[in-house]
Amino acid sequence: MISARELLDKVEPHFTKGGKLETYYGLYEMVDTFIYTPSDVTRGTTHVRDGNDLKRTMTFVVIATFFCIMMAMYNTGYQANLAIEAMGLTESPSWRNLVMNIFGYNPMNPVSNFAHGALFFLPIYIVTLAIGGIWEVLFATVRGHEVNEGFLVSSMLYTLILPPDMPLWQVALGISFGIVIGKEVFGGTGKNFLNPALTGRAFLFFAYPASISGDSVWVGVDGFTAATPLGLAAQGGLEAVQAAGYNWFQTFMGFMPGSIGETSTLAILIGAAFLLYTRIASYRIMAGVLGGMIATSIIFNFIGSDSNPMFAMPFYWHLTLGGFAFGMVYMATDPVSASMTNTGRWIFGALIGVMVVLVRVVNPAFPEGMMLSILFANMFAPVIDYFVVQANIKRRMKRHA
Amino acid sequence: MNSETKKVLTAPLVNDNPITLQVLGICSALAVTSQMSTSLIMAVALTSVTACSSAAISSIRNHIPGSIRIIVQMTIIASLVIVVDQLLKAFAYDVSKQLSVFVGLIITNCIVMGRAEAYAMKNPPMASFMDGIGNGLGYSLILIIVAFFRELLGSGKLLGIEIFELTKDGGWYEPNGLMLLPPSAFFIIGIIIWSFRQWKPNQVEKPDFKILDIAHGEGGHH
Repeated sequence: MISARELLDKVEPHFTKGGKLETYYGLYEMVDTFIYTPSDVTRGTTHVRDGNDLKRTMTFVVIATFFCIMMAMYNTGYQANLAIEAMGLTESPSWRNLVMNIFGYNPMNPVSNFAHGALFFLPIYIVTLAIGGIWEVLFATVRGHEVNEGFLVSSMLYTLILPPDMPLWQVALGISFGIVIGKEVFGGTGKNFLNPALTGRAFLFFAYPASISGDSVWVGVDGFTAATPLGLAAQGGLEAVQAAGYNWFQTFMGFMPGSIGETSTLAILIGAAFLLYTRIASYRIMAGVLGGMIATSIIFNFIGSDSNPMFAMPFYWHLTLGGFAFGMVYMATDPVSASMTNTGRWIFGALIGVMVVLVRVVNPAFPEGMMLSILFANMFAPVIDYFVVQANIKRRMKRHA
Repeated sequence: MNSETKKVLTAPLVNDNPITLQVLGICSALAVTSQMSTSLIMAVALTSVTACSSAAISSIRNHIPGSIRIIVQMTIIASLVIVVDQLLKAFAYDVSKQLSVFVGLIITNCIVMGRAEAYAMKNPPMASFMDGIGNGLGYSLILIIVAFFRELLGSGKLLGIEIFELTKDGGWYEPNGLMLLPPSAFFIIGIIIWSFRQWKPNQVEKPDFKILDIAHGEGGHH
């Protein structure tokens, strides 16, 4: 019996420079670093070293989404089971019925909810991994660099921000666009200026709006219409949300229709605590987003409006509805596409927070603005950094003048 | 056909394309390419304006005072654009309405001014005319490629004729709404530039700086 390490070491010469499989080094490296810790950590004398590496950073983000994934499966199944009950059906009108015959469709049965949700989550996730993985390996092989774990993060986040019943060919198109146009054309991980997962989602949002916006896509049962609470709020403000039977605690826990993994603020905050404790994500960005959102929504509360009920929406509702919490914790903090300077991170975060409330409250076209706000701020991140650095240089010049 | 004529006619197609290499005339390439028909008309309009204006400017190039040459060029270009605009309104009113301001904006199209300034001011009228045709064709080529993909993927049609049957009419093709929005032309032009540069690597610009490969210890040894 040969161990995996020995096997990898044995085949390694074939893949390194001069070996006959040299072109496929990326594939070898991917398997190797997936199973074992890579040895490429900062070692030189000029930089602060902590022995951290890209793999651990990326893997930790995937671990942080654990509770989101659990809630994603549970809530997606729960909403679908509720819909089936509400429509008076005895079985799902889709292929999922083949499996769900075993578990039944009782929304009070956690196992049934969980299984039903998994049947929505897993196909999307598997397609994302397969199609996105093909692009990653293709580019890595042609360009001779490694496939890294950043893709695992992008694919997981991308899955969690899609509606449950997204057609799988659209899922495949979206991740292809996100990986190729959002990342690889700029040179791959670390050189992209937009968040690849959000780029893929934005592509779908504009290309196939019928599958990713409106009232009929947020619960995975064909023919069932349920607006997200944020969609209700865009129509009739907080009263409409409460009239539909949602209280704040329920939206905080995440029992409402929406994109698969974004509904539960609680699960997201647990992930946030993990990311902040391990210092993977920047607390400055998260605080900036939160602060920007709170400040802007309080200003709108203060201004008030007779015709637009969204003006009166308090900040703690903005926090729990839609993709705000998910975007704040997992998307805005993407270390590649966010600002790199500490002051810049505050400004970058605040820009997102302000923009998202502006879109939600004053823009009549889109009920939700988190995705577009983050992409918008991504584009400004380098400029923000530039001005922060210039301001530092100027201040120091003055000090030493 | 002598070699100079051949060069000014063919070079702008791929090797020196005004859109993909010089990145000029992008605004109209974004705006008018959601349908093949509008793109074709725009391509013809721009090609004829560039050719005629280059020829006209070239024939009086030795009489134009250097300090006011831009104004003189603009006057000639503007007159030609007005002629094209009036012709379109007379004979293709629907298309002219779809193209709206973009026919008028040929005046400010960088390709027309660019050829006048870069070629017509220094070369005889016939060569300038050919140069205008060549650059117009280079522009047209990209416009038609972009419009081909935008119309086909965005509405399942080509020149208004149905190619893919849409799902809303009982067919199989779900149209891609992004392709109907102007930003999609950016992506398509970007992909065309990418493939041209893959095909002709001498078009690739030199990088401004190079990232050292520190992770594998190669950066420090130079």
